[in-house]
Amino acid sequence: MADQAKFADLAMEHTSSLYSGALRMTRNPADAEDLVQETYLKAYRGFGGFEEGTNLKAWLYRILTNTYINTYRAKQRRPDETDLDEVEDLYLYRRLGGLEAARTGRSAEDDLMDLFAEAEVKDAVEQLPESFRMAVLLADVEGFSYKEIAEIMDIPIGTVMSRLHRGRKLLEKLLYDFAVSHRLAEPVGDTVN
Amino acid sequence: MASDPAPLKPQCDEALHEIYHLLSGELDDAKRAQIAVHLDECAPCAEPYDFYAELRRCVQQRCQDQAPPGLLARIEIALDHEPHP
Repeated sequence: MADQAKFADLAMEHTSSLYSGALRMTRNPADAEDLVQETYLKAYRGFGGFEEGTNLKAWLYRILTNTYINTYRAKQRRPDETDLDEVEDLYLYRRLGGLEAARTGRSAEDDLMDLFAEAEVKDAVEQLPESFRMAVLLADVEGFSYKEIAEIMDIPIGTVMSRLHRGRKLLEKLLYDFAVSHRLAEPVGDTVN
Repeated sequence: MASDPAPLKPQCDEALHEIYHLLSGELDDAKRAQIAVHLDECAPCAEPYDFYAELRRCVQQRCQDQAPPGLLARIEIALDHEPHP
């Protein structure tokens, strides 16, 4: 059983990570601050139930996720699902890769950081439907394992994987659309139709 | 435009299919080793791997925000007002 007196020492180092996650989910700094504060209060009150030696950040994220779902989600529901069947594997690589390599002789990954600035990446992530967004954030930004994500979101691991699969595809598409709309890449037509 | 890539071998198909899972550390040792060997000898597969590794770093870096100092102070004050056991 965890000692509440140790809570601040252990938990406060995760505030920026939790705040970043809260901001991607609420898309609003004031709501994100409230969500993080509420998460810390609930965590403090329930800290006796935290098993020492397990992943504290994952435990905090689980509280954050539950709090978000119960408090904020209802008022921010948006139409989910885009048709992702057209988004094939290696979608972004095939479009940016072929193009950049042909144009500059450099490999595509050299240009990713130049191509996508902070505001654009955040915007793309925040456009993902909520359940995909949460899974992608937890896996690809926070680095949680699929098993940890299943526990944080309280869903089966197969559901985690399917949300990640679709969320990652859609993120590739949103980033590509961004690149095209800013004339950073030229549209690539489907080769077979 | 780049010309059509050469037809994929089954090992290529498998390696490319597992890119995201490999980057997430979700493959078992045997599978990871098998793909590592393949990537060492297959440049057309190694290239998209590098691309998606860089995409991961890009998304990770771009999504970091600092908690505002005011928030830290608010949390500390709120915790101080909680009853201590």
